[in-house]
Amino acid sequence: MIGLTYLAAILATLPLLLILVHLVRQGASSLSVSFFTNMPKPVGEEGGGMANAIVGTLVLIGIAVAIGLPVGIGAGLYLSEKKTTPLAHTVRFLSDVLNGLPSIVIGIFAWEFLVRPIGHFSALAGGVALAAMMIPLVTRTTEEMLGVVPTSLREAALALGYSRWRTSISIVLRTALAGIATGALVAVARIAGETAPLLFTAFGNQFWSTTLREPIAALPLQIFTYAISPYDTWHQQAWAGALVLISMVLVISIAARVVTRSRFGAPVD
Amino acid sequence: MTSISARWLERERRTLRVDQSAIGDRIYETVTTASALVIPALVIAIAIAIFVAALPAFARLGISIVTSSDWDVAGGHFGAAPAVFGTLVSSMVALVIATPLAIGVAVFLSEFSPPWLRQPVGFLVDLLAAIPSVVYGLWGIFVLIPLLREKVMPFLRDTLHLGATPFFSGAAYGPSMLAAGVILAIMALPYISSVSREVLLAVPRSQREAALALGATRWEMIRDAVIPYARSGIIGGIMLGLGRALGETMAVTMVIGNRPEISASLFAPGYTMASLIANEFSEATNDMHLSALMAVGASLFVITLIVNAIARWLVWRVSRSRS
Repeated sequence: MIGLTYLAAILATLPLLLILVHLVRQGASSLSVSFFTNMPKPVGEEGGGMANAIVGTLVLIGIAVAIGLPVGIGAGLYLSEKKTTPLAHTVRFLSDVLNGLPSIVIGIFAWEFLVRPIGHFSALAGGVALAAMMIPLVTRTTEEMLGVVPTSLREAALALGYSRWRTSISIVLRTALAGIATGALVAVARIAGETAPLLFTAFGNQFWSTTLREPIAALPLQIFTYAISPYDTWHQQAWAGALVLISMVLVISIAARVVTRSRFGAPVD
Repeated sequence: MTSISARWLERERRTLRVDQSAIGDRIYETVTTASALVIPALVIAIAIAIFVAALPAFARLGISIVTSSDWDVAGGHFGAAPAVFGTLVSSMVALVIATPLAIGVAVFLSEFSPPWLRQPVGFLVDLLAAIPSVVYGLWGIFVLIPLLREKVMPFLRDTLHLGATPFFSGAAYGPSMLAAGVILAIMALPYISSVSREVLLAVPRSQREAALALGATRWEMIRDAVIPYARSGIIGGIMLGLGRALGETMAVTMVIGNRPEISASLFAPGYTMASLIANEFSEATNDMHLSALMAVGASLFVITLIVNAIARWLVWRVSRSRS
């Protein structure tokens, strides 16, 4: 029976290795400098790239971080300081609810408020949808990381005459900064690859656009479009795009681990 | 004179970092409370957005929207039963595959793994959760589906003679409920295993030591003392994985075949609620069509909400008994 758990461990890590190996093999062959600098080309033309989709994804992440990070950290500060107020319990519960909602439902929400009234898709709507996914993640890790800061530190600052807000921000928050950065990176890694909430918000765009009021291209959307197309050249492009996307996600995930480790030593089991 | 002493006092305040804190504190409190309020506001806004938009469809079609199988946009019939069926069945298939594997990994990591393997294996399994679903879908289309069509499906149907049962019969096209289930299993696995690992590690030492002292082998200890203790937490982890599987959109849309039919065979293509929305939403032709899709989204919202609430409650029960 003990052997069976070894087998389970092998079987569980196998798909990851298979996916990564296949991605590198398929993606690397169609990856070149032009992939990063060129625009998508029509079927049959060689040398198309995903420059607009890569930039689009960065823009969407930028919007999500600009909205989601401050709100998430603010809410995390609130939760760590007002642990037992009715609002704190409600917020904690609802952030779990929000975190468990299907991402397509969040896409519908952004569509209803930011696309329907305006009448066209926009980068802003996509960014807001991603921010809505990011907020609960950042909130909970911030609360957790602030909880680790010793109370004595806060008390020392207050005893020295620091006001409450300065204690919270320049002592407590600063002490927990590495942990919060990790949480933020994990959240970014998670939203970077999201496709469903962008389907009817950011929508995708075959052309160059960085305007927040217009539809914008995104790497995951482009991969989706190319993957379900019937053309071999587009399939190759999809693999290359997937390789770029997953490299981004893995680099961010590993960076998150490194940040924690350098600050707190090896993660505790 | 007063102004000089006031200035002196001000400078002294600054060097001592004492300031008139009342205003700063009030601003700080307002800002953090407002941030905290964003979360309830978001959830309420999402619920209102979807339920209000779904209202016309519910009013006209009632419960038939999830019980009827007739989805005919031009004729004004909106019955999403095949999608509801597909959502439930694909998630069940996923759990049947993922649960034993995930618990196996969790037991391995918490009990048997050599210390040097614990970190890397745990990291690799966690990474499964970091892979974007569209990448799973891409891999599903070009690697998993051919594999299922050429090797796994014929093996199940002919070599194991499971073709005699309705569940594994019929032609092997590739895009199918089975493909969706396998992809979802891979995606749900890290959620189930990480929660299970945590609750297994939370089982008190005394529980293990008592079993060993009674003469149990290590395996018997785990089977009879550790797993029963952690059971409700593990079930919570499974429910959490289920919540993920029910709402997963892209990977499923890419491999399930998107055919709105109810079939007993796992080899047949199917549909899910999420993929129905993903496929039709941006080209919804009229208000009733849109409202019907919203109603499907609202149903999905309610189902995942219930599943997640049960999951959190179960995990919370275990972690509470620990502390």
